[in-house]
Formats: sequence, C-alpha cells, structure tokens
Amino acid sequence: MKTRWKTLKRRWIQIICAVLYNCNLTGFAKGTIYQGNLKSICIPGLNCYSCPGAVFSCPLGSLQSALLSSKYRFPYYMLGMLLLFGILLGRLICGFLCPFGLVQELLYKIPTKKLQKNVWTRRLSRLKYVILAVFVILIPLVFLTPGFCKYICPAGTLEGGFPLLLKNESLRQLAGRLFQWKALLLVILLVSAVFIFRSFCRFFCPLGAFYGLFHKMSLFGMRIDPEKCNDCGLCVRHCRMDVKKVGDAECIQCGECRKDCHQCALSFGLKHDIPEPEKKYSDNI
Amino acid sequence: MKTGSEQKTDMNKTTKIIRGSVLAAAVLLLILGLFQNGPADIWNKAVRICYECIGIG
Repeated sequence: MKTRWKTLKRRWIQIICAVLYNCNLTGFAKGTIYQGNLKSICIPGLNCYSCPGAVFSCPLGSLQSALLSSKYRFPYYMLGMLLLFGILLGRLICGFLCPFGLVQELLYKIPTKKLQKNVWTRRLSRLKYVILAVFVILIPLVFLTPGFCKYICPAGTLEGGFPLLLKNESLRQLAGRLFQWKALLLVILLVSAVFIFRSFCRFFCPLGAFYGLFHKMSLFGMRIDPEKCNDCGLCVRHCRMDVKKVGDAECIQCGECRKDCHQCALSFGLKHDIPEPEKKYSDNI
Repeated sequence: MKTGSEQKTDMNKTTKIIRGSVLAAAVLLLILGLFQNGPADIWNKAVRICYECIGIG
C-alpha cells in the first residue's frame, strides 16, 4: 500500500509538471503559440516550445539555438541553466519532471508482452551520447541548423507539429518529406514505448545523456545506505532501465527500486552525507 | 599505501570538490548570461514557431 502510494506520488508530480509546462490551453484552440515572458525560462525536461500549450522553453531547443549563434555570442546562460539542472538534480529530472517520459510510461502500461533489458539494450543505451555529441552539439555548430530538433525530436512532432498543423492550413501545405520522416519516427518511438520501457529515454534522448553525466555529482537523488545494503542485487534486477547500480548514469532516479529492497537501504535525499557503497551489484541479466 | 576506506574518503572528497566547482561554474555562467541578456535570446527564439521542430524545416 505504502509503495503504491509512492508510485502514485511520482505519477502525480509527472502529470502536474506536464500540465504546468503546457497550460496555455487557448494555444491549442487557436493553433498559436504562447508569447509571454515565461518563455524566457527553460524547464528541465523535454517539452517543445512550439507546442501551442507550452509556456516555458525547451532546454534542448534553446541550447541548439544558442549554439547556432555561438560564433557571435557564447551561450553562457543556456550552459549555466543546464549545468545547474544537472548538478542539482541529474536524471531525477527524467524520472519526475519530463512530460515525454510520462507519455512513454503511460504507453508501457498497455498490457502486451514486454521486451526485457539485456546486454543489447545496454549497448544501445550508449547511442544517446552519440546523438548528444552529433545532433545537439556538432550539427548546430558546423551546419548552423538544430540537428536534433529538425531530424529526431519526437516531442516536437507530437506536441508542436500535429497540434499546429491540425489548426493551420498554411502550415499543412508546407509539410513535406521532413514532416513525414518525423511523423514516422514518432510513431515508431511511441509504438516501441508500448513494448520497451522508456525506449526513447534509454536509447535516444540526448537530454538524458547529458544529465546522466552528473550521476556521481548531482546533489539530490537516490542514495544507497551501505550499512543496510547486503548486495543482493534485487534493485538492479527489477529495474526496467539499463542500470548496473542504483544511481548510475542510466538510473532515472524514479525510486521504484525502493519497494524491491528488503533491507530498506534505498532512499531519496541529499547525496553528500552517505558514503558510496564498496561493491557494485551483481549483474544477473 | 592507502587502505580501501582511505581511498573511498579521497574519492568522496574529490566528488565534493568537483560538485562544488560545477555548481560555482553554473552560477557564474548564469550571471554572465544574465548580463549578456541570455533570457531575452531564449525568449526571442521560443516565441516564434520553430519550423524545424515541427517538421516543416
């Protein structure tokens, strides 16, 4: 009962964030986007700023846009925001504050056979770092176009593309091959999310890749009490992400592993006051 | 030769130093960005429909 309540709390935080980020309901009705001052603020999760409902900015879109003009101005503000999000929360943002993560988790609830994590999913989880380096950093710097937003981002297609095209005849006429490619990619990712837990987050999300770099340093997140932990590895075995240890770069800090720990060794909190455990958990996949 | 727990303590100290440095760097970058009118740049981009984002190109 208590663990169900903890899962429900996280779900409510995800829903509240998704609604807060996209509360400009008149935008959906009119097919326009919000143009108020709140758009100068970046939210930490993936949420396209061309979504008619979006009242804040997307960190990835803003970063790529800043890199486009970095020849003229170094993007201090954007880098500072991302570093701050990373160092304070790391991938806890993925587990609690990302609307696209919520969409995938809800799709995974559809009762079908599921693909379990294995050595191949772990290898594929490295792809997101390549996407970060190439599409988010290199392509904007070299080719002066937002590579990830333009060719990959499913949140842009789902939240921005479809709602805007539905309401705007002029935009529908401009949609061509690129929109077809992005729509196809979106469908593939959404369908895969039914069978593979958080498929986009695990294999493709450059924001998750970036925040994962802070897994050792972030101030707040999942902690393991080494005095209570008996190294049974249940937490890693039951985790649906490709983790080798609770709190590593693949851990989205959702806290679902707490219900599996018989020793009550796992908790949320400030990470500085509990020392790191000696051993890694056994990988029984 | 350091024992395992001494090495662990050193690593924790290093983590804390790195954490503090990154936090300080983030705050410094934010302040510099504020002087550079960074929020206005974000706003300027975000209030226009991003054709690349929605698949128009």
